[in-house]
Amino acid sequence: MIEVQGLSKRFGDNQVLTDISAVFEQGKVNQIIGMSGSGKSVLTKCMVGLHRPEEGRVLYNGRSFHDMNDEEKRGIRQEIGMLFQSSALFDSLTVLANVMFPLKMFARGSEEEMRERARFCLDRVNIVDKDDLFPSQISGGMQKRVGIARAIAMEPKYLFCDEPNSGLDPQTAILIDDLIKELTEEYNTTTIVVTHDMNSVMETGENIIFIHQGRKWWQGSRQELLNSDNTELNEFIYAGELMREVKRARDAGR
Amino acid sequence: MRILFHFGRYFLLLKDVFGRPERFRIYWRRTLEEMDLLGVQSLGIVALLSAFMGAVITIQTKTNIDSPLIQAWVVGFATRQSVILEFSPTVISLILAGKVGSNIAAEIGSMRVKEQIDALDIMGVNSAGYLILPKLAATILINPFLVMISMFLGIFGGWLAGVQAGVISSDDFILGIQTGFKPFHVTYALIKTVVFAFIITTISAYQGYFTRGGTREVGISSTRAVVYSNVVILLANLVLTRVLLL
Repeated sequence: MIEVQGLSKRFGDNQVLTDISAVFEQGKVNQIIGMSGSGKSVLTKCMVGLHRPEEGRVLYNGRSFHDMNDEEKRGIRQEIGMLFQSSALFDSLTVLANVMFPLKMFARGSEEEMRERARFCLDRVNIVDKDDLFPSQISGGMQKRVGIARAIAMEPKYLFCDEPNSGLDPQTAILIDDLIKELTEEYNTTTIVVTHDMNSVMETGENIIFIHQGRKWWQGSRQELLNSDNTELNEFIYAGELMREVKRARDAGR
Repeated sequence: MRILFHFGRYFLLLKDVFGRPERFRIYWRRTLEEMDLLGVQSLGIVALLSAFMGAVITIQTKTNIDSPLIQAWVVGFATRQSVILEFSPTVISLILAGKVGSNIAAEIGSMRVKEQIDALDIMGVNSAGYLILPKLAATILINPFLVMISMFLGIFGGWLAGVQAGVISSDDFILGIQTGFKPFHVTYALIKTVVFAFIITTISAYQGYFTRGGTREVGISSTRAVVYSNVVILLANLVLTRVLLL
């Protein structure tokens, strides 16, 4: 479980996050939603320690991340897997070498065992026979899946996904969403997905946090999301025609 | 005040660079790769420049000191001194700041804007150490060899051009390069080379590591890496010459 307590972050005069408190539960897909520029990616980066918040704490199973020494932080980070919006695969390494990278840096065992583990992770995300290709030689959807394989290589306790299906076609996006949900159940991870894709929210969201103007505006389940009377939240979720159609159908069925 | 901010951040980056490596074997393998990329692949340009510059130094020296009062071997002497003391360590380092420095800044800057450095940090890898230390070790180890090759080729180019153009006999040139030779001058040149390698690598890496934005900013970082490296090399050259030769 990850708990955020009173977290605030600013860049110069720009206050990006204000007093955010939230609980992200283990074994669930926790989603942070909000408009572009609302601060959700900054919140994630504060949680994984890429940004230091001015105020507040992030607790990993009760341990405050920002109060830890470097060694303890390194230990926590080895329990984190992260899928980036851009996939962030290393250009100079092959697909297999990318997935083996965290294993080579931190895992014990022979080269062959690491290769086996990396191949297992690639199989798990349905990437087969691409071991020797470089990231630039595979599609965006495949890059995301390789990114997921790399994120799960060390069997993480915490899985962060920053806009995992941005730039993907709807079918591939659903595949990625399903994969994240399956892996969350399989590894019992605390999964945090940053997204503004309502399809993704409706497919996999279990604990949803809505960030608006740098503040936590709303938190609840998928069912509560659809029944919410929060104006800003409704403006966000019903911005697209598809969701408006869903709402009309629901209202008509009442 | 801005310059103090950069000084502070540069030294904090250096502290991280010399942090404990996660896996020494991986760092060593990366150092060997960087020695090839940053050193061996610079051999061609270093060889070409050295041979031609040595040739030009010889011919220009001869045309400027063409006097019956000055002995012929002085041309070889001047060529040797110019090449060993200044051309090979300093001019080649300035050239390498352009080639290697821009490469380092662009590579690390691209990794920054593509979130690959964030990925390393989140994995718990000391990204500064992993990315910069092997490059630093590689340039510090390989640049002295490049400069020694440059010294040899510079003097050889001078001999070849001088003899071929008929401005000096082979015997006079060889007498000149042997006359008044001080081995410390080679040591001095190699000390300068190592210091310049440190400057090129760390300043370029600093520019790349703290790149913010996109591809345009990567280009700006590369340009800054070359300009700042060159300026600091020139300053360090003056200081080292003052300290080591006077």
